[in-house]
Amino acid sequence: MTRAFADLHLRVNPKDPQAAQQLITKAEKFGYRMISIPFTTGIHPDELATLKSMCTEVGVDFVSRADFHPRTENDLTHFLRKFRRKFEVICISCDDKDVARQAAKDRRVDLLNFFSLDYHKRFFDRAEAELASSSLAALEVDVKPLLILEGPPRVRLLTSLRREVAIAREFKVPIVVSSGVGEERFMRSPRDMASLSYLLGLDEALALDSVSTNPLAIVMRNREKLSARFVAPGISVVKEGEAS
Amino acid sequence: MKRVKRRYLAVQLESQKLPTEREFIDAVWAAVTKLYGEVGASLTGLALINFNIESKVAVVRVSLAALDMVRASLASITHIAGGDAAVHVLSVSGTLKALYSNAK
Repeated sequence: MTRAFADLHLRVNPKDPQAAQQLITKAEKFGYRMISIPFTTGIHPDELATLKSMCTEVGVDFVSRADFHPRTENDLTHFLRKFRRKFEVICISCDDKDVARQAAKDRRVDLLNFFSLDYHKRFFDRAEAELASSSLAALEVDVKPLLILEGPPRVRLLTSLRREVAIAREFKVPIVVSSGVGEERFMRSPRDMASLSYLLGLDEALALDSVSTNPLAIVMRNREKLSARFVAPGISVVKEGEAS
Repeated sequence: MKRVKRRYLAVQLESQKLPTEREFIDAVWAAVTKLYGEVGASLTGLALINFNIESKVAVVRVSLAALDMVRASLASITHIAGGDAAVHVLSVSGTLKALYSNAK
């Protein structure tokens, strides 16, 4: 069976349909079946509809995703309460330890993204991984910094990423590798993304899972939860009976 | 001595400028050296077999043991000959014959 590939982090401004169209077309050319462009400032139904129609035109599945960078734990819970049921994927960007811990604990969070290049602001350690493994959060790794950085900063980032990936594997936290790019020239095919994952210490099967099985599983799970038929995990309405 | 197993990679070059064969392979060597150092690069057995300027498709040969290293290095290329560029692996094969027949 052929794998379906997903890139859940194309960082293009949803307000710029031309740039979005270019990236979507390129993603389709590379063989992605599912892509996501994150919303960072709330939901805009018209923009969402435009992106969805662009994706449908080229035959790519569009996933609605919200990225949030909370300052405090209260910020995070407020955001989740407001947006969880409106987006298919929720990603929390963490550069604060308390927020990172709360996000890893919360079952409404899908992806944990540690964007900081500063070693001291990356909080994906064993404690974080343990919390994430008991909830449903996955670790998201963007490849863009690996393409842009050079020399010592890239070495330091690779060191951090290899450590985080090793911890995630130890605690069975799913790893999702995304591009995180906003320009066509940095886009890579799914197999090339998997090759870059090799730099993080993933073997071929895990690297391919990180661009296919893992992101797809998150989206499928959330789509099921957001559907009108969902009651609880494992329970859904199959057929509605008539009231007697 | 044990025979070295090799793989042939067909790669698609995407660039603003059209680089020469020399510039292309130098960029690949530079990427491998940046990521894995000179010792790592020496293990790759990298060689340019063919470079079609019109279609911007190149064929490179690497040792099987270093295939992952070379693929990661190719994916990390962002500049060639001073212009923005990207290199995408189209196919990988054990023989040139199979590589060319896959490409058809």
